Amino acid sequence: MAKTNLAPEIGPTARSRGSSDSWLRRNRQTLAPWLFLAPGVIFFLFYVIFPILQSFNLSFYRWDGLGDPQFIGMDNYRELMDDRAFEVSMWNNLKWLLLYLLAIPAGLFIALFLNQTVTGIRLYKSLFFFPFVISQVVVGLVFSWFYDPTFGLLNQVLGWVGLGPLNVLGDPTLVTYGIIAAGLWPQTAYCMILYLTGLNAVDPEQVEAARLDGAKGAKMLWYVIIPQLRPATFVAFVVTIIGALRSFDLISIMTNGGPFGSSRVLSFYMFEKALSEYGFRMGYGAAIAVVLFLIMLCFIAYFLWSMYQDDKGAR
Amino acid sequence: MTKLKGTVAGLALGLGLVTSAQAELSGTLKIFSDMSNPAPRAVMEQMAEDFDAMHPNLSVELTVIDREAYKTQIRNFLTANAPDVANWYAANRMRPYVSAGLFEDVSDLWAEPAIADALASTKGAMTLDGKQWGVPYTYYQWGVYYREDIYNELGLEEPTDWESFKSNCQKILDSGRKCFTIGSKFLWTAGGWFDYLNMRTNGYDFHMALTNGEVAWTDDRVKQTFANWRELIDMGAFIDNHQSYSWQEALPFMVKGEAAAYLMGNFAVAPLREAGLSNDQLDFYQFPTINPDVERAEDAPTDTFHIPAGAQNKEAAREFLRFVVSADNQTKINGGNALGQLPVNSGSSVDDDEMLNQGFEMLSSNSPGGIAQFFDRDAPAEMASIAMEGFQEFMVFPDNLDDILSRLEKARERVY
Repeated sequence: MAKTNLAPEIGPTARSRGSSDSWLRRNRQTLAPWLFLAPGVIFFLFYVIFPILQSFNLSFYRWDGLGDPQFIGMDNYRELMDDRAFEVSMWNNLKWLLLYLLAIPAGLFIALFLNQTVTGIRLYKSLFFFPFVISQVVVGLVFSWFYDPTFGLLNQVLGWVGLGPLNVLGDPTLVTYGIIAAGLWPQTAYCMILYLTGLNAVDPEQVEAARLDGAKGAKMLWYVIIPQLRPATFVAFVVTIIGALRSFDLISIMTNGGPFGSSRVLSFYMFEKALSEYGFRMGYGAAIAVVLFLIMLCFIAYFLWSMYQDDKGAR
Repeated sequence: MTKLKGTVAGLALGLGLVTSAQAELSGTLKIFSDMSNPAPRAVMEQMAEDFDAMHPNLSVELTVIDREAYKTQIRNFLTANAPDVANWYAANRMRPYVSAGLFEDVSDLWAEPAIADALASTKGAMTLDGKQWGVPYTYYQWGVYYREDIYNELGLEEPTDWESFKSNCQKILDSGRKCFTIGSKFLWTAGGWFDYLNMRTNGYDFHMALTNGEVAWTDDRVKQTFANWRELIDMGAFIDNHQSYSWQEALPFMVKGEAAAYLMGNFAVAPLREAGLSNDQLDFYQFPTINPDVERAEDAPTDTFHIPAGAQNKEAAREFLRFVVSADNQTKINGGNALGQLPVNSGSSVDDDEMLNQGFEMLSSNSPGGIAQFFDRDAPAEMASIAMEGFQEFMVFPDNLDDILSRLEKARERVY
């Protein structure tokens, strides 16, 4: 309302400047949001969309980053098809995707546990949230020491119950699970904090009403609480999926992709091929990146679609 | 400080006579260096300062870049913003830059008698396509560093042939220790073992042909190398779980006496001494003969200086390269209080250190087969990374050998 009142005051001067101004005036409702968006859109195009297209283009070339790129068509993708290291990376990515989702129920469980009024609960909450605050590099180092086959705490504990010794990070069948376990530690804390905020927003009247109807325990949780936590679950799902697909730092710190490449994932393999000390196959790295991007795109499309549906429902 | 300036000035005067025949150098000399660890950094800074003092009209600008970061940055600065002098490594590791035309051909320097004679031993490592592309400034020997006290306790001698190597190892194992420590997490340490076993089994020329892609990995001679390696693995000669350790993390096994020896470069000596091993406890021997028909060859990685093709002040850069390899400077920078490695100039003297003297002796008179760089410098980068991964797998699961070799062969057909 305020805007229409203001308009006549600045109107005459603007109109006197000519017809182009009046076009601006007529369309300012449509233009204003775009003007505000423009800086963001330009940066997004330049730093996100353009590099994605460039990667697609680069994946058709053989290039060491120095000489002239040489067009080789689909050869990089053909090579990916029977590259065993690529296959291992794909499978590991899948393991990451599935097992990383454990952070969501674990986070919910801890959040429910911490959502009470007991003396010192703030301290406990902070302690549980702590792993998310420390750097992934530190998490990786701590877990490497924990897993150390000779001096590590894990084998000490296993020794007490007559098991082990286990070389988690040196065993090609265990190594990926070992790293995922390390990754779940901070990720669970992240999901927990999302659920704690979600629990604050749970409607006490609905809980009261359900209680009057005789609901309690698991039933109460499943039919009353969890549906109200849907937004929190959605966010937890998004960050966990994205986190699983871009897992890189823990692998780099804990095993460097080893032993003999058995803990690689796509992002790490791409780094190794394109940018590491023995790499510099830019085209091949780009091809791996494209595959990873297409996998991510499936999830991103699903997220966008479901957000759009929510939006439509709300309107 | 004044004393330091005095020596610099004295040095400048002394060398001034030699260089005065040249046209006076002017402008700036930009040097990019990867000598970022404390001791090498001090050496590099001192060299830049000395050279600066020798040439009053020339100002030397030194940029030291972290050694690991340097490996990726060199690709950028060689193309975009080339310095006048840059550090790098010899052999195949310089091939990408040579083929892309980013390194200056310095064959003219190598034609000068002072350099041609004094550096003859490393000329091969600096030569690609029949031309020389840089000059070496230091190198160091590889060999077996062992616990002298353990050998004495068990009554063992330094082995010179394969049989005594293995029987020594058996006695060490019987005493409840491991023969060798190794940390293969970053793969290259396994490359060292392969280098030695292959050079002792099949000789230097075969090893070079293999790293140059001229021999199939499925060749019977390669398999023989792995068969020899397997003898050690089956004995249990290596520490358990080596795939989880870096080379530094493998040192404590030797320091604590749980393993008796380490096949390593001379750079392992300093940390071993710092960890408390005295000179009575630490000694060195040359990797023993396996096949008496082949001459012994050694690994001795060489670090180098190059002139980028895009350098602005190539005249001063050439003069700096001459300065770097001069006998006096080589003695100085490779001394025990500086790099603690071996000088490349045959006119230099080696620091009076037990290991360095043995290493120098070995490389100058006891490796008739030749001097290799190291697996990841002799083989192209891509082949090296795939192969070293295979070596690590072989050391953990020796039964996978056929699978590993066919994978390497497939990579060879594509890489070369």
